[in-house]
Amino acid sequence: MMSLNKEINFKLNGRPVSVTVPVTMKTLSMLRDVLDLTGTKYACGEGECGACTIRLDGITVNSCLMYAVECDGRELVTIEGLKTEKALHPMQKAFVDHGAIQCGYCMPGMIMQADYLVENNPGLNREEIQRGLEGNVCRCTGYTKVLDAVTAVVESGE
Amino acid sequence: MDQKVTAAAIEKTSLIGQRVKKPDAPDKATGKTRYINDMVLPQMLIGKILHAGRPHAEIVSIDVRAAEKLPGVHAVLTGKDAAGLKFGFVRDNVALKDKVRCEHDEVAAVAAETEEQAEQALRLIKVKYKDLPGIFSPEDGRKEGAALIHDNFPENKSLHFEFKHGDLAAAEAASDFIADNVFKVHHVTHCCMGTSCAIADFDNNGKLTIWSQTQYPYNYKMDLAPALGIHPGDIKVIQPPIGGAFGSKLDAYPYEPIAALLARKTGRPVKVMYTREEEFKSSPTRQPAVIHMRTGCTRDGTLTFRSADVLLDNGAYTSWGPTIPVVMMRTTSGHYRVPVIDFNAQAIYTNNPYAGSFRGYGNVQTTYATAQQMDMLAEQLDMDPIDFHLKNAQKSGETTPQKSFLRECALDDCLKTAAEATDYTKKHKQYSFAREQAGRYKKGIGLASSIHNAGGAKIHKSDGCGTILKVDDYARVTVITGASEIGQGIDAVISLIVSEELGVPLEHVSIVNNDSDIAPWDVGVHASRTTFIAGNGARRAAQQARTQILKAASGFVGIPATELDLRGGFVVQEQCGTRVIKLEKLLRQMHFHPKPELVMVTDYYEPNSEPEGADHISDHSAAYSHAVHIAEVTVDTYTGEVKVDKVTSAQDVGRVINRMGLEGQIEGGIAIGLGYVLSEEMKLENGMLQNPCFRDYKVITAPEMPELDLYFIESDCAEGPYGAKGASELPTIVIAPAIANAVYNATGIRFLDSPLTPEKVAQAIWEKQQAAERH
Repeated sequence: MMSLNKEINFKLNGRPVSVTVPVTMKTLSMLRDVLDLTGTKYACGEGECGACTIRLDGITVNSCLMYAVECDGRELVTIEGLKTEKALHPMQKAFVDHGAIQCGYCMPGMIMQADYLVENNPGLNREEIQRGLEGNVCRCTGYTKVLDAVTAVVESGE
Repeated sequence: MDQKVTAAAIEKTSLIGQRVKKPDAPDKATGKTRYINDMVLPQMLIGKILHAGRPHAEIVSIDVRAAEKLPGVHAVLTGKDAAGLKFGFVRDNVALKDKVRCEHDEVAAVAAETEEQAEQALRLIKVKYKDLPGIFSPEDGRKEGAALIHDNFPENKSLHFEFKHGDLAAAEAASDFIADNVFKVHHVTHCCMGTSCAIADFDNNGKLTIWSQTQYPYNYKMDLAPALGIHPGDIKVIQPPIGGAFGSKLDAYPYEPIAALLARKTGRPVKVMYTREEEFKSSPTRQPAVIHMRTGCTRDGTLTFRSADVLLDNGAYTSWGPTIPVVMMRTTSGHYRVPVIDFNAQAIYTNNPYAGSFRGYGNVQTTYATAQQMDMLAEQLDMDPIDFHLKNAQKSGETTPQKSFLRECALDDCLKTAAEATDYTKKHKQYSFAREQAGRYKKGIGLASSIHNAGGAKIHKSDGCGTILKVDDYARVTVITGASEIGQGIDAVISLIVSEELGVPLEHVSIVNNDSDIAPWDVGVHASRTTFIAGNGARRAAQQARTQILKAASGFVGIPATELDLRGGFVVQEQCGTRVIKLEKLLRQMHFHPKPELVMVTDYYEPNSEPEGADHISDHSAAYSHAVHIAEVTVDTYTGEVKVDKVTSAQDVGRVINRMGLEGQIEGGIAIGLGYVLSEEMKLENGMLQNPCFRDYKVITAPEMPELDLYFIESDCAEGPYGAKGASELPTIVIAPAIANAVYNATGIRFLDSPLTPEKVAQAIWEKQQAAERH
């Protein structure tokens, strides 16, 4: 099977990246298989579960639905890009502190979406957070501790 | 004596019941954790499976020549490569099939350099099938003259279970009221977020290393070995972090021996990982069942008998699913004080996907029936449901007809706590009155309870767990335990227990439990057993180490060991907390002494329980516990939507160990149970799954999650670690009938068939209105 390749340049977690990828490759595969950033998870490949959520130019997207070549010239942030050298991101810390992580497989996507929600919607209430996380499936936690964590971040104003 | 004893005294504190973070959470939150799905080994090939895509067929021919010639392809395997390598509970399965018995049956497999090559190779395999008429329900499977799915299983009969106690005819005759219903519970599947995955590699001595999602590593060797024709001792199981299990990884499934067969053929590591569609189609299911249940009572509300005739859809092969009657009968005989029992269950082979183990393990299905019948009988008796439940609730010291000994029983407390917290009796009356009034939205409140093993379940000859504990020269503790971590949090529980016993910081405890060559025997994560069994093991090992350390300290400092304690990384005086010596300094003194000693201990904890015998009369768990859920719902009578407003849970947990982890287990358990009763359903048409994706198979998402009010009843289990009991399955078990009872309270309609989807509820409400208008 022939596959056309294309060189793309973009910013990933604050650093410039240049890669050559097949034009048929999804962003999720590029992150995981080419760039070895496996924090972003495959769980459905159809945009139905949110486990592959990343930020593209500040907006959360399902990386499994996006072609890698669409990243050209843009700015991506993955779960690996949230943490600073010294400390966990406040949302990551809140998830840890509130016991929101069990198997944790969906949590990179969940944390990316929660961070986006809180950043763009000051003063969210619990019901609004529930609606905002509707696209992120978790099978372990029953979401309760996730909601506790996100609510705590909203209340702390961080 | 140490010169630094002048430092401040250290007070005695306890971690038991505190909120402890999971040690692996920071790496999981930052994407650093490498799950099995993320793993890449040097020289690794990708394995892909060709599924039959038809429910029942003979394989006339397979032509793999084109696939084999494709660049990048290293191996193509078919049924002949696994011929005779039968595995499974009753040895009715092979990794690659010579006949198709269900949609996902594995017909061929390839290993290639890339996923794309492997997928293309699958498309080049030409299979000729001769389709056979299928059997898609247990009712059809047991009809006289039905075609046989396995030639060596006459009448399509898989496993059969029976338990009888007392004189049924006499008990029926003595009953004033009898609830008599046929309940039908449906197919659901686990939906682990990390799809099924295995990586296999053979060394040149013929030893297999398999990176597996198993939650059952030691029995897994026995399950896997016959599928490969090797000795279980030649299998090393490595358990990387996984994306959920919930019972689904209690068995070996064909993709795992397929990975191994491909690895053996190619001499390279091979990874097989399912797509989500494969995951839906090929994973085990919760066992669907038809339950004809009858429960009797006298006019004063005393239960007289319970009978259950259960017909189970085995699916095409026998995994753990058809063994669930072992638990079903414990609930039938032990859910409230029932003197006479008649239980009968038969699993029948069909061409449907086959059932495995799933959190709650048969109890979910049975409690759906028992707890609704308790509600029905209370109504027939015109008795307050709480009074009816309390009247029949067992007390501490009672024994069930199967000889489950309820040493510490807190069912009373659970009932009273939940009822009081919700004002249940008042609301129940109010809503049943209101349902006859006009109005689109109807409120309802429903109560359900159940019993479950909470101290392991001795379904094997052993229900034990081995622990090896060492404390190094820096006072860092390593616990090597047989207990698997699948996300449930045994890592935090063991750290907490060891920290409690040895007075070291939580962060100074490491757990090693992911390599079967290192960690000792354990019976796996199932039966709500891990905190109880592995927790006891860790505590006993830590206590041994503690005794050794205090004895040595006593020798060095001249204070009797009984007057010493371990706190905050120091040996202190028990009474005043005065520091005697820093623990790591003591450990080095012990190590470098003329009579040197290291702190390294082993423990094997086997719970005080009896194996489940053929007569099913045994005290098969070291503890039992109860939970009561009260669900409050609003039913939209126009759309049929059931909105769950609040769930109140009161559960006997023995003793809280890690409060945060325990809450997480209850919350998550409720969410899985809510999905089961409200929205999840594998839509099978002639054995073919119609909804293999999250869009069409609706799991609970954040907006549907109700407010939860959790009460932990601490009955202080004599055998459990610090008094704890197992806890993780009851929430999934109890919630479904609580919802069904609440919907009845709201609408006056009984839903004997699960799930209560909006279509089904709206239809039933419409039919009820039509019937009312006709009168």
